[in-house]
Amino acid sequence: MPRVIRGQTGGVGRVKRGLIAAAGVPLNAVMAVALVLAWAPRIRAGIVSLQRAWAGAALGRAIPARENGPRVLAWLAINAVVGPAFLMAMTAVVNTVGIIVHLRPAVNGPSVTFTLSLALLLLSALGLVVAALMGLAEARLAELLLGSGDSLAQRVRELTASRAAAVDARAAELRRIERDLHDGAQARLIAVRLNLGLARSADDPEQARELIEEAWESAGQALTDLRDLVRGIHPPVLADRGLAGAIEAAALLCPIPVATDLVLAGRPEPPVESALYFAAVEAMTNVTKHSQATRAWVRLRHTGDGLRLVVGDDGHGGADPAAGTGLRGIAERLSAFDGTLTVRSPPGGPTILTMELPCAL
Amino acid sequence: MRVVIAEDLTLLRDGLIRLLSAHGFEVVEAVDNGPMLLAALVEQAPDVAVIDVRLPPTFTDEGLRTALEARRRRPGLPVLILSQYVEQLYARELLSDRSGGIGYLLKDRIGDVAEFVESVRRVAGGGTAMDAEVISQLLTRRSRDEPLAELTTREREVLALMAEGLSNLAIAARFGVTDKAIGKHTNNIFAKLGLPPSDDHNRRVMAVLAYLQAGPASPDPS
Repeated sequence: MPRVIRGQTGGVGRVKRGLIAAAGVPLNAVMAVALVLAWAPRIRAGIVSLQRAWAGAALGRAIPARENGPRVLAWLAINAVVGPAFLMAMTAVVNTVGIIVHLRPAVNGPSVTFTLSLALLLLSALGLVVAALMGLAEARLAELLLGSGDSLAQRVRELTASRAAAVDARAAELRRIERDLHDGAQARLIAVRLNLGLARSADDPEQARELIEEAWESAGQALTDLRDLVRGIHPPVLADRGLAGAIEAAALLCPIPVATDLVLAGRPEPPVESALYFAAVEAMTNVTKHSQATRAWVRLRHTGDGLRLVVGDDGHGGADPAAGTGLRGIAERLSAFDGTLTVRSPPGGPTILTMELPCAL
Repeated sequence: MRVVIAEDLTLLRDGLIRLLSAHGFEVVEAVDNGPMLLAALVEQAPDVAVIDVRLPPTFTDEGLRTALEARRRRPGLPVLILSQYVEQLYARELLSDRSGGIGYLLKDRIGDVAEFVESVRRVAGGGTAMDAEVISQLLTRRSRDEPLAELTTREREVLALMAEGLSNLAIAARFGVTDKAIGKHTNNIFAKLGLPPSDDHNRRVMAVLAYLQAGPASPDPS
């Protein structure tokens, strides 16, 4: 799921950005002149950061800084030429407007005034549009040369990592299921068949009864194994009752009292439900195992653009996401859906885990 | 005894019909989905219904919801819910109208024919039949709840067996003591849980409910 990149959209935002871009044309010309001073590193850094801020405002997106390097010098050089050139073009347009304003026609009349006014208006609008386009071109150039391009690269790295973690977790999960089936239900069903086969060929009715009894026991254990397995893959109560119901059911099984406050108007996508459910269960298991808490609480809400699940306890705190696999597991589960885990756990407690996941309902 | 069966898997539905018929029940209707079940329960008013928790069309807890709806229309209608897994949440919902005649068992238990038939009879008679698994899940919780925390270990054991639906006599047989001794325990349990004197059967349901409902108080304000 792609992360939502915030930016001003719609007509108002576009006009505003156009005006900012247009205003940048004279600014860039001034900066081109300032090139003389740019040999001083501090002034150069000032010019570059001012330029980056302007380009960000004009393009409607943040431009992350990049290290000083040849590209910055390239931008200074290009801007030294392009900046004044664009300003001159703009000045030419403004001059034309000025000429029309000062035009003294030989024959004066309403139709002449009207025509001149119309030409003036059109020319001004055209000038503004051209200025905006030039400004945007400059801003784009600044983004290319002064921005690190990091946001995208960083995002690709994050996605690659979270995808690898998700694939790893999936593979490990499948191996566990295979092993559980192999050592559990499958083995028990073999025993059932074995015992029934022996019973079929047994001569002694008493011995046959014993073998059937054993087969009956094994079949029961196979069912127990399968039930435990299913609960671990996709708890039926999650399908039945959704996230709030399933967390409520899990809280009932927690050895310490868990107060629940779960409000959710709709049903998220099943994989999202599953990820948050297992994150909640893992969080409650952590509370039970490590916190020495006497009580815990769980709160679930849908905020403006996502789900927020908070698990807190009155234990001794000091939970370290780097130390155990529990918290890391939660973070990995959530990261597959662009979700985040925030741990607040000062020594002495309390511990509060906040899990957030972008999700529309 | 007239019974309605709801089970969508033909294999199991036929098995249940055969099993119950062989033990003197009259299967008046066997259905395979929720809406038909509701109609059957309301129209037939059976002595007991044996219901699979998961039924079409939703394939979620349709059977449970339908049973609860039928009991709203016909209070006290005895229902025994069968499931591949048990949830305390569902046990609590089933018992919450406090009128008895509730069973909630794992499907595996059908394999123990004599005990299963006994459970069906007990539910039909207004008793309870909670699966041992529900009880054992409860026992894994520490003594976290007032007033259950006040119960002695033996009293908790007795309460657990009461929840399964056993009579004092049957509980006494488990522990190898007289039913009088068990009677003393049950009276202590009723007293500690603050259950007012009423008929013994109703108090047993209330005690079990207290056991299942015992949970934390209000959510943390922070």
